[in-house]
Amino acid sequence: MASDGARSAAVAGADAPAEGRVAARRLLTGAQAAAEAMRQIDPDVVPVYPITPQTPIIEAFARHLAEGRVHGEMVHVESEHSAMSAAVGSALAGARTMTATASQGLAYMVEVLYLAASLRAPIVVAVGNRALSGPINIHGDHSDAMLARDSGAVQLFAENAQEAYDLMLCAPRLCEHPEVRLPALVGQDGFTISHSAEPVALLEDAEAQAFVGPYREEDALLDVDRPLTHGAFAMPDAYFEIKVEQAKALERAEGVWAETAAAYRRLSGRDVAAVEAYRLEGAGRVLVAMGSAAGTAKDVVDELRARGEDVGLLKIRLFRPFPRARIAALLSGATAVGVLDRALSPGGWPPLYAEVAATLAGQVRVQSFVAGLGGRDVGPEEIHALFAALGGAGGQESVYLGLGRGGWR
Amino acid sequence: MNADAVRLRDLARREEAAPRFLGGHALCAGCGIPVVVRTVLNAIETPVVVVNATGCLEVATTRYPGTAWNVPWLHVAFENAAAVASGVETAERVLRRRGRLAGERPTVVVFAGDGGTYDIGLQALSGALERGHRLVYVCYDNEAYMNTGIQRSSATPAGARTTTTPVGPDALGKAQRRKDLTAIVAAHRIPYVAQAAISHVQDLAAKARRAAAADGPAFLNVLSACPLGWGTPTRDSILSVRLAVDSRYWPLFEIVDGRYRLTYEPARAVPVSEWVGGQERFRHLAAHPEMLAALQAEVDDAWRRLRDQVARDDARSA
Ligand SMILES: Cc1ncc(C[n+]2csc(CCOP(=O)(O)OP(=O)(O)O)c2C)c(N)n1
Ligand code: SF4
Ligand SMILES: [Mg+2]
Repeated sequence: MASDGARSAAVAGADAPAEGRVAARRLLTGAQAAAEAMRQIDPDVVPVYPITPQTPIIEAFARHLAEGRVHGEMVHVESEHSAMSAAVGSALAGARTMTATASQGLAYMVEVLYLAASLRAPIVVAVGNRALSGPINIHGDHSDAMLARDSGAVQLFAENAQEAYDLMLCAPRLCEHPEVRLPALVGQDGFTISHSAEPVALLEDAEAQAFVGPYREEDALLDVDRPLTHGAFAMPDAYFEIKVEQAKALERAEGVWAETAAAYRRLSGRDVAAVEAYRLEGAGRVLVAMGSAAGTAKDVVDELRARGEDVGLLKIRLFRPFPRARIAALLSGATAVGVLDRALSPGGWPPLYAEVAATLAGQVRVQSFVAGLGGRDVGPEEIHALFAALGGAGGQESVYLGLGRGGWR
Repeated sequence: MNADAVRLRDLARREEAAPRFLGGHALCAGCGIPVVVRTVLNAIETPVVVVNATGCLEVATTRYPGTAWNVPWLHVAFENAAAVASGVETAERVLRRRGRLAGERPTVVVFAGDGGTYDIGLQALSGALERGHRLVYVCYDNEAYMNTGIQRSSATPAGARTTTTPVGPDALGKAQRRKDLTAIVAAHRIPYVAQAAISHVQDLAAKARRAAAADGPAFLNVLSACPLGWGTPTRDSILSVRLAVDSRYWPLFEIVDGRYRLTYEPARAVPVSEWVGGQERFRHLAAHPEMLAALQAEVDDAWRRLRDQVARDDARSA
């Protein structure tokens, strides 16, 4: 969406660092921006398998490798299942490991992603969020990420190419933290972000590398003098404790992310906090959204505010762990909350809505809106329609925004 | 004896001095798997890192918080051991190149069952072989999914009774022939491929050592024994497998850089019925001599083709 690009450029400009230095501002797509972060991180091992709209990330990384800008290795595996499997082997062996995927590829990885989390393998995965088949569709929505929702991985969502870069650079620091040690999915909406170019401010390489720091694996499999058994069989006498311990590690990621975001803000001047409060001062009716739709929503909020309406936006960057307390606090003054999902949970409430509604139970009325499935535009009309319905009658069912507007019915 | 023959005494010494696989695990009495694991690990002289697929070996040796492994060991899932090992092997190379790993280079050894190799893990195995990772992949073939209670796999021979290929008025066990996985692996043109068996431990040890020395992927298809699944007395495991070899049902050979070589030739082939005869899973075949005859014909044919291949390769290298 054109407005996303314009917005992000303006936001990045407005946020220009006081103390931090920006090395370069380049016209990059989200995919290229993620690949730039990967170039600066220079991971040891990158198992890859192509899928639209993620492919440009691994293609760009392959060029970085071929042209000598990075010095690890790519493993050209025969499937995403093997990409995640090789990533687990590599991370536990003691190597910094990253990969990228989308949609069916993420679905194919999910079995092993659960294991990556349980084995505490800190693998960073760039995701070009794309609708799950069927019907097959290559465009953006969040259904792939929601399939991985309960895997135990950290989940981050970018609003634009700038954030795609920022979040990728920050992700290793979070997921490799000794208190966390979990995989992380760094989402950018397919095409809307992955294939749209906008000016992106990059850190200097040395600064970025110093920020990310060296990879440490205390229990490396390759330490043959200290043989450890990884991935043991847990019976009912042990499984429960192991899972709860793992879940707590993911909960600790919220605090570690706050530290990471603070350090990144000092360095870059840009905010990557778990949530972004956009014009929430005095806002009664608030939209909660993730990903590129938040960029469009900011424009609409500005427009409605100019007309004197009491609207605001809460953008969620960190979806797992879900920053419950922070969200409840930021929305304590809201009179009506609308949640925009780009995924369904057929037969139940959409995933982001369910999360927000549970967080705000008894505090404020929460309404569910679904838009942008399979890459359908989430434009200003949809956001206007959402605010028009927010706080009104109804609310016992999800409202589908933009349904029937595809030109085909 | 070959120049590189492994002396059993040396294997036993290593086992006593620095055991890599410990007792106290929960594999059944008479199970062939520990023979495979001990022989392979004791034969390899470098440090090892083991990747294990889900199956009897994994389940019975690592019940949390216990472990039977005295070497680094990783289990992730059922179908992906070759892919996991690809990641470990790549990491080893990169970390060494980047100066973050020193010391003797370990051999990455995979242990997986026939189910984890012939069936659900075949794609990951093929990918790893094609990419050329330096791995020793050991398939312990007990001819069925034993861990889940004896279901058929593509390694289960025709006529064998399993819980998913039962015997009844309309069924005589598995209807299909077993897959020739060794040939499929060989088609990847990797440096070293071999068939071995728990009845021929020295042969297995020598092959493990050659596999570890190969400059690229190496694959060992090892016939194990499962008294529970085959319906054989626990004391007869080695004997059963010896009959498989001596009947030429399971020939012992290796393929080094594409050239076939027999590593053991039975002085006198015993009839296939002797291999089949002692096993409960084939008992119903006694009433079906035509099935036994078909199996014998198939074994004879495969043996002839193997002999021809070996002769051709001998002539080529002469
Ligand atoms: C994806 C998946 N499917 C099925 C299973 C269930 N399962 C676990 S072990 C096993 C059979 C293993 O057979 P094999 O590889 O021959 O090893 P064995 O049990 O004979 O040692 C099966 C079907 C699983 N763990 N994962
Ligand atoms: S079921 Fe068979 S393969 Fe499994 S442990 Fe027992 S004897 Fe070994
Ligand atoms: Mg088996």
